[in-house]
Amino acid sequence: MDSSSLTAIWLTCKLATLTTLLLLLIGTPIAWWLANTRSRLKGPVGALVTLPLVLPPTVLGFYLLVAFGPHGFIGQTMDTLNLQRLPFTFAGLVVASVLYSLPFVVQPIQNAFESIGKRPLEAAASLRASPLDAFFSVALPLARPGFLTATVLGFAHTVGEFGVVLMIGGNIPGKTQVLSVKIYDYVENTNYTQAHWLAGGMVLFSFIVLLLLYSSRKRTNWSW
Amino acid sequence: MQGRFRIGHPGFTLDVDLSMPEKGITALFGPSGSGKTTILRCMAGLERSPEGFLSVADEIWQDEKRGIFLPTHKRPLGLVFQETSLFPHLSVLGNLRYGMKRAGNAKREGFEAMLDLLDIRPLLKRSPGNLSGGERQRIAIARALLTRPRLLLMDEPLAALDMKRKLEILPYLEKLHDELSIPVIYVSHSLDEVIRLSDHLVLIENGRITANGPLMDILSRLDLSASFAGETGAVVETTVAAREADGLTRLEFPGGKLYIAGDAYTPGSRLRCHIHANDISLALSAHTDTSILNTLPATIIAIASTGTPGHVLVQLRLMDGETLLLARITERSRLALSITPGLTVIAQVKSVAILR
Repeated sequence: MDSSSLTAIWLTCKLATLTTLLLLLIGTPIAWWLANTRSRLKGPVGALVTLPLVLPPTVLGFYLLVAFGPHGFIGQTMDTLNLQRLPFTFAGLVVASVLYSLPFVVQPIQNAFESIGKRPLEAAASLRASPLDAFFSVALPLARPGFLTATVLGFAHTVGEFGVVLMIGGNIPGKTQVLSVKIYDYVENTNYTQAHWLAGGMVLFSFIVLLLLYSSRKRTNWSW
Repeated sequence: MQGRFRIGHPGFTLDVDLSMPEKGITALFGPSGSGKTTILRCMAGLERSPEGFLSVADEIWQDEKRGIFLPTHKRPLGLVFQETSLFPHLSVLGNLRYGMKRAGNAKREGFEAMLDLLDIRPLLKRSPGNLSGGERQRIAIARALLTRPRLLLMDEPLAALDMKRKLEILPYLEKLHDELSIPVIYVSHSLDEVIRLSDHLVLIENGRITANGPLMDILSRLDLSASFAGETGAVVETTVAAREADGLTRLEFPGGKLYIAGDAYTPGSRLRCHIHANDISLALSAHTDTSILNTLPATIIAIASTGTPGHVLVQLRLMDGETLLLARITERSRLALSITPGLTVIAQVKSVAILR
């Protein structure tokens, strides 16, 4: 494996880790709200969050590119704040990845919160736990399997993205050239040996991650 | 304790005005869907009645007119649900600590005594997942009481248990009844449980209160028999007087004495008996040529139709001038014996249900 491949692997890991952490922070309140709200906005918000699941990555990438660009809302905001525009930067990739992987994190957590039901939280309230206390001391621990699934899916999905990265980040080694793009690069240049190393590694990585996920699910069985 | 709750759901309205004693067990009794659980949830603050009011031991927990509503976690109450509510991610001890810690019971006041009272010392290290239903409910009760609540709310705590587990946990609840100094609200649709445990009874039907008073008064009322159907009958509180040589036990109460089979009762202890109206027949004179052992002289107070054609319900007062019984007889017998209020009769008791 050559050094540019290693750079791509390192960049991908950095992107996926950062994205997953941000997604857990952003996704948890969204999932909690979706699991508990009786608001009429539940439907629209739920659909919006799930949208990246069904949209072709290029569509998402295209709109992000427009929004990030000099005439887009986000681009102009970045300009007035004297910040670097997002297209073709690592920060841009992170923002795009967060949006792209959002449903993969929100849905498992939302399902976990919903399956807890109201009862444990009511019991916690009767034992003098404030709503925030009950969230951290009861809801979060009981939703642990959902968080595990969300973390794994969010990470793996970010590692595997291609279309959005290409639209937003382009192909800049060390900055935006992630694994999937690097593989594409190798194949275009008919460097099949290097492509094999990376592609095979991806298959192995994904398999191990899913294997761990499925075998951990059996162990946390709290139903009775 | 005073409460007033009005809640409208589609197809159901709850409208109750409650006054309950500050001590002892008050049962909320009624068919499923009558609103008992909703009342309990209102008291707990888990549901909010728009014009509600609740005061417990002279403290206002809710008074919407003055904009007061304490959220559940700020109410010093204990809550025991129908099905298990233990936290599965904590051990039994962890569950008990959860409430103690938050209620400021850091010194674990009453902790050791509670372990003994509910017999849960051997279970402390276990996980709730591998306990029996009865054990889980005992721990849920201990967890609630260790927060030192000023009101204990129990929502059909035995309904999810099978008969065997129920019989296993009832003695613990009876012990609680004797030891607790706080009021307990006990929601149930089982008359047996209510008679065994409670002192005060609130009858609920279709979101309304149909009766509210001491248990024995309510059960001996003629006009409420429809609520109890086949289980209609008065309750008498007796003292075990003596075990007799032939295997019978003599119970005494102000209205007379009763013989029951069995010798497992300690003389001097209290026994609560439920005498079903169906198990009492009436005679105009004392018979010596009958196999029925328990005969009590009584005066007819009132007669009412029962809703069952051919049957009437008769209210009797025993010779102590206080104890009331109910008897169900046929209309034909009533006419044949000319049973009218004021008449003195002999109540023949065919069987007595011992409930405590």
